[in-house]
Amino acid sequence: MKLSFLKPNKEKINNFLISGSFLIVLSLADVIINNIFDINLTAFLPEKLSYFAPILLGTIGLYLIRIEFSGNKLLDKINTNFNSNNFNAILTLLILFALIKFIPPLLNWFFFDANFLGDTKEDCSGSGACWVFIKVWLGRFVYGMYPDSEQWRINIAFIMLFLLVGASFFVPAKVKKYFILFLLFIYPIIGLKLISGGDFGLKYIETGAWGGLSLTFIVSAFALILCFPIGMFLALGRRSDLPAIRYSSIGFIELWRGVPLITVLFMSAVMFPMFLPDGTYVDKLIRVLIAITLFEAAYMAEVIRGGLQALPKGQYEAAKSLGMGYWKMHFLIILPQALKLVIPGIANTFLALVKDTPLIFVVGLLELAGMVNLAKTNPKWLGMAMEGYVFAGLVFWIICYVMSRYSQNLEKKLSTER
Amino acid sequence: MNFKNFKINFKNKRDLIPQVITVVFILLVIAYFTMNAQNNMGNRGISFGYGFLSQESSFDIQFSLIDYDGSHSYARAFLVGLLNTILVSVIGIFFATILGVTIGISRLSQNYLISKTAEWYVEIFRNIPLILQIFFWYFAALRALPLPENSINFYDISYLNVKGWYVPKFIWTNFNIFLYSIIAAFVVIFSLNRYAKKRRDESGKQIPTLLISLAILFILPFLTFLIGGVSLTFGIPELEQLSTTVFVYKNGVSIIPELISLALALSMYTATFIAENVRAGILGVSKGQKEAAASIGLTKGQILKLVVMPQALRIIIPPTTNQYLNLTKNSSLAAAIAYPDIVLVFAGTALMQTGRAIEIISITMFTYLSLSLSISVFMNWYNKKMAIKEK
Repeated sequence: MKLSFLKPNKEKINNFLISGSFLIVLSLADVIINNIFDINLTAFLPEKLSYFAPILLGTIGLYLIRIEFSGNKLLDKINTNFNSNNFNAILTLLILFALIKFIPPLLNWFFFDANFLGDTKEDCSGSGACWVFIKVWLGRFVYGMYPDSEQWRINIAFIMLFLLVGASFFVPAKVKKYFILFLLFIYPIIGLKLISGGDFGLKYIETGAWGGLSLTFIVSAFALILCFPIGMFLALGRRSDLPAIRYSSIGFIELWRGVPLITVLFMSAVMFPMFLPDGTYVDKLIRVLIAITLFEAAYMAEVIRGGLQALPKGQYEAAKSLGMGYWKMHFLIILPQALKLVIPGIANTFLALVKDTPLIFVVGLLELAGMVNLAKTNPKWLGMAMEGYVFAGLVFWIICYVMSRYSQNLEKKLSTER
Repeated sequence: MNFKNFKINFKNKRDLIPQVITVVFILLVIAYFTMNAQNNMGNRGISFGYGFLSQESSFDIQFSLIDYDGSHSYARAFLVGLLNTILVSVIGIFFATILGVTIGISRLSQNYLISKTAEWYVEIFRNIPLILQIFFWYFAALRALPLPENSINFYDISYLNVKGWYVPKFIWTNFNIFLYSIIAAFVVIFSLNRYAKKRRDESGKQIPTLLISLAILFILPFLTFLIGGVSLTFGIPELEQLSTTVFVYKNGVSIIPELISLALALSMYTATFIAENVRAGILGVSKGQKEAAASIGLTKGQILKLVVMPQALRIIIPPTTNQYLNLTKNSSLAAAIAYPDIVLVFAGTALMQTGRAIEIISITMFTYLSLSLSISVFMNWYNKKMAIKEK
């Protein structure tokens, strides 16, 4: 039997549109009212049927408005993007229902029922999140155990960094090279000295007191600056014609890439001191930095090697035919092109590095995630794990998302279409 | 590796000098470290050696797949940790693959809502550190579950509460016969598929292999129940009251919350990367291939199975294997929530007890290293085999 009169067609477009939209609105209204007011509109139906009523009504409604080439631009757009066949219609409905069901409670937890005022746990009376916890502990989350009176030093170091980075976009091209060299090699030493102190009348602050988000930035920034050149030389080494250099590079890269970072950190914590002369003490933070740097350098090497391999052979031959030596060829011709090719890979390695920093808890250094772990075990603030992790997750997410967006832009900007 | 290139050209001294410097430098570093290590161990009165592995471990492990208690050796504790690592990796890989493939395909959906949802899933879970996700599930989400006496009930056979997830236990008789029947079924299916492919290539006739394979897979093991003496009963978890406030579940199998949160976080995190691989793979098959296949009269299903998938898989599999490897390595984060994997059991507890840092860390690293290297050797072999043979 063919229900041809039920087949949506252009002639009776208005009838189909009205009845279809009515059914869709009915199905959405059922779900919304059910969720917000806890009233079941279809309670008169048998239990199973009542449960599936919205999806049935919605599917029929979407079927009725599925009119090809209706001439109505909006309708055509809806049909191609959300309603191309029955399967897609059901998926669309399911996602809409899920959004209706989960978004309001989430918003309630986040904002409407959340507590923002006060400074003890008792001030959190609502059923939502207790952001008071974050507010009270924010200083610790950002600065770790760094003494309150000295926190201006961290602030100045980071403000200096931001100003320098910002200024580097505006300085004339001639000075830019030296400016960036200063930023990469001189500034880290100044910043580190400012934060650790010990000279110039600044109080010495041991690295055990460092922590929180500022430590996340310090560890990632240093590892990032250091792992890049090491990775570059390892990549060149792996592609070298000299067997001893090639095989030692391969061995080094595969060794670090084959083990998880946490075991490398364990190694730096318990095994590395055994390898140094008795009585030598290397600071925890420096040991961690060395471990993370070597680990990420191996990954960086593989990324850069990918770029080197992707370059056409003609580039090498052209450089050689101009009489360039190995180093000149690589630094002036090969690497600039190869690095441009692998910007997404480099950005991914940097992102992985930032996401790996919480692991330094293994050696007892507490950056943001570690501080949250510490704060949630404070007897006065028990039961705040959810807020703490959501906050830390949000901070990391913003950092990583911005970085990945920036790398995509950089890729577009630097791409030289041939 | 290619050892053909491993010949040193003595004529060219310019090439020799940097190599000699490198080798000497590496040897010096190793010698320096060894000397210091020997001095240090001599000062502390410990000697290097792996003999401690056969000593009694005298610590307990909360969760173990094989028989283990404190009277067993350190080697056995290592094995327990290794098996737990493998267990969580296998579970993680299984769910990451399903989730990743679903999301990867969803990202290419015509449906705007579906593709956007999939995109946001990837953006959200990829950009949050894995360790934070593990902490979130373990300390925040799973801790919010009810106590044993108010467990969430799944049809009276399975219970979820703050102590873990209790599922029915399978109690088999003659399990090995059942196992053989499954192996036999796979052998039959494999030969059937080869035969079907041969016949298709020769005569162009199609055999509905998928249906027949499924039938064999069900019928053969089912037969063992009828004639092989195999039987299966379930140990359904039951609530038992120990005292007025203490309730436990007995019978059944308990899946500890550490395992749940670790597997959940690992698979949700890795799925984002697999989804991107799947998407890239499907996009990587050029449109012309599909059009060419359609123009010779293949159906939509045939196009997907015979033209698109073989080419997409060639792009998808290498990076996805890499993700599997990453997942296995990331499972070492278990140490942060005290899931007894190899790092926690061996590099944690055992190291603390014996103080043999060099031996234990080297064994742990060597285990992961051999795993990674064997997979990368396999991948190189696979890539060579699958590479498009150009004429």
